[in-house]
Amino acid sequence: MSEERKVALVTGATRGIGRAIAEQLADAGLFVVGTATSEKGATTIAEYLGERGTGVVMDVADDGSVADTVKHINEAHGAPLVLVNNAGITRDNIMLRMKADEWSDVINTNLNSLYRVSKACLKGMTKARWGRVINISSVVGTMGNAGQANYAAAKGGVEGFTRALARELGSRNITVNAVAPGFIQTDMTDGLPEAQRETLLAGIPLGRLGAPAEVASAVAWLASDGGGYVTGTTVHVNGGMFTG
Amino acid sequence: MSSIEERVQKIIVEQLGVKPEDVKSEASFVEDLGADSLDTVELVMALEEEFETEIPDEEAEKISTVQAAVDYIKAHS
Repeated sequence: MSEERKVALVTGATRGIGRAIAEQLADAGLFVVGTATSEKGATTIAEYLGERGTGVVMDVADDGSVADTVKHINEAHGAPLVLVNNAGITRDNIMLRMKADEWSDVINTNLNSLYRVSKACLKGMTKARWGRVINISSVVGTMGNAGQANYAAAKGGVEGFTRALARELGSRNITVNAVAPGFIQTDMTDGLPEAQRETLLAGIPLGRLGAPAEVASAVAWLASDGGGYVTGTTVHVNGGMFTG
Repeated sequence: MSSIEERVQKIIVEQLGVKPEDVKSEASFVEDLGADSLDTVELVMALEEEFETEIPDEEAEKISTVQAAVDYIKAHS
């Protein structure tokens, strides 16, 4: 590891888990570039990171946007050696009612984005002979969840991608891992009806939702020197709702 | 000022850890010089840096021998 300040790229860093990850990586001394889909989001990121990073507008679902943004980051801040593929969306629906665009939007934003963003960042990591790719999956990718066939398919794909890329890049000292959160207190879960919340909690041995910071600390560990011998695996952070 | 051939040879020696005398113009990176697919990508990255050019993926895939690398650089510099 060099003494220079490393650059980390965190997609979807405006709020929730992505924000907690950006903050903890900044705490660990990295210069963090967080992405948002709007100018407003990018400003929010720039504000909470202060001098420890910045916010940029990037749409992980768009080839051109990813290529241009990563090029800009390379020139302005240096090549990101830590990449956290966090940006994701949900378009829940039962399969019998699911529209084609509900399926393809989730696959494109949550899975195809990994092809785009990882590919754009790998040259820099290869050259540096050091890199960390951390993909945010979900417990749903392993367990499945009614109404989330699209989301579960994308997250299962994320974990397969993680294992393959880890094998491909190990010789270059680049580790590739996934972190699979269970139900975490964010905007995504705040909308759940009370009854569904009760049922959910009954299935979680720790009896509570997780905090974004509890996911972020797993990411920060994988990004650190201490996590350097871990590659190709999925770290589950779910209060025990899935025990593999 | 070294010739393009010499500069290409130097990069290949550094990237692939081979002897200068093995870097013959007809040598294939993979078959003769022991490169794997990642090595060939890195070799192209090093050539891009040395000659300050960008080699598109579809062109990079065709650069499989020492001669092909020299020819590409000559045609694009």
